[in-house]
Amino acid sequence: MLRCMPELAIDAEGLSRRYGRRWALIDVSLRVPAGSVVMIAGRNGSGKSTLLRVLATAIRPDLGRAKVAGFDLLSHRQDVRNATALLSHDSYLYEALTARENLEIVRRENVMSILQRVSLADRADDPVSTFSAGMRKRLSFARVLMQDPKVVFLDEPYGQLDPDGAAMVDEVVRDLKSRGVAVLMATHQLERVGRIADQSLTLEMGRVVRP
Amino acid sequence: MIAALRKEILIQWRTRGQVIAVFIFGATSLLLFSFGVGPNAEVLRQFSAGFLWLALLLSSTLTLAESFHAEMENRALEGLLLLPTDPRALYYGKAVANWLQLSILGTALIPVMVVLYDAGTERVLALIGIVVLGTAGLSAPGTLYAAMTAQVRSKQTLLPLLLFPLIVPALLSSVKATSLVILGDPMESLRSWILLLVAFDAIYWALCGLLYERVVED
Repeated sequence: MLRCMPELAIDAEGLSRRYGRRWALIDVSLRVPAGSVVMIAGRNGSGKSTLLRVLATAIRPDLGRAKVAGFDLLSHRQDVRNATALLSHDSYLYEALTARENLEIVRRENVMSILQRVSLADRADDPVSTFSAGMRKRLSFARVLMQDPKVVFLDEPYGQLDPDGAAMVDEVVRDLKSRGVAVLMATHQLERVGRIADQSLTLEMGRVVRP
Repeated sequence: MIAALRKEILIQWRTRGQVIAVFIFGATSLLLFSFGVGPNAEVLRQFSAGFLWLALLLSSTLTLAESFHAEMENRALEGLLLLPTDPRALYYGKAVANWLQLSILGTALIPVMVVLYDAGTERVLALIGIVVLGTAGLSAPGTLYAAMTAQVRSKQTLLPLLLFPLIVPALLSSVKATSLVILGDPMESLRSWILLLVAFDAIYWALCGLLYERVVED
């Protein structure tokens, strides 16, 4: 009898990364099916952001291998980038440009509808330098949505957001999941994300301690 | 590449105060060079081409280093690289924007040079053409090295140290061609210098585009 295996969005084996002499990520393996939400928990400095940045090709792993959206992390970096989006600690925004102009760097279509989705449509033509931290976070989130990815990496998506903003993140993550997008979320909001997540893993000093 | 270029031009427009400051720096440099020679109109005119390019070269290091300031804020450059875009398009967008800015700066410094050094010429279009070609030779490797040094603390020192030796051929061709336009070209060698400049421009633009991804990647 044939068994249908769910398509894997991420298949990583033994990922390790060091900064100088300090190992930030040690032998991390994970398998994430398409359309699932994975919560990554752990203390500050446990390697959550490093794991997301490695998988999003922002940095290279020193050891290990991984396939993201079916593409090899090391040999097909551009293909991985075409299929993924990262919400980082850094906003990736240009201060001198307006919200609309920042999104138009990614794509010129549907800018206003995405801005509406993150409740920034009325500030579309204001420069980012005039935005509060929460508004910047919303705009960074909009930037992720503009990329129409198959795999999304969210690093502390609830940080600096008001309750409405946090509810918006929940709603968007559920929507992404329903469209078959895999979401990896590094967060300290364990209870909140626990309600959405299909699986979780906990990192401690770069190692997976609870898969 | 068009989106990258549009972004660069928008940022340059919004921070145009910096462009004016760089122009004032270039004009002041031209004035200071004239003090070094003294009130000898003939010698000033003879050295005018060299002084124009020295002023442009010094100003260009400010322009090039500044062009990556916005990329380092909020790690925007990393965000760009993670987009489904060819890194070469990002490089050429920025290099073309820098070229445009340096061309305008060079063209704006020509009247300053004419007034200070009495270096007038009827071949104004040829002079502007040489400025455009010469600044192409500065902006292509300059953008690459500015990317390389953008994250270094001593970038204002490191950028000229790396850039100046590399652009000597383009600079020499530009100075010679400018000098021939201002002082006259009895041997008709202007064409050869311009061809040499175009050849170096072509090499810089092709090579730097290929190397950019390696320079900015982790």
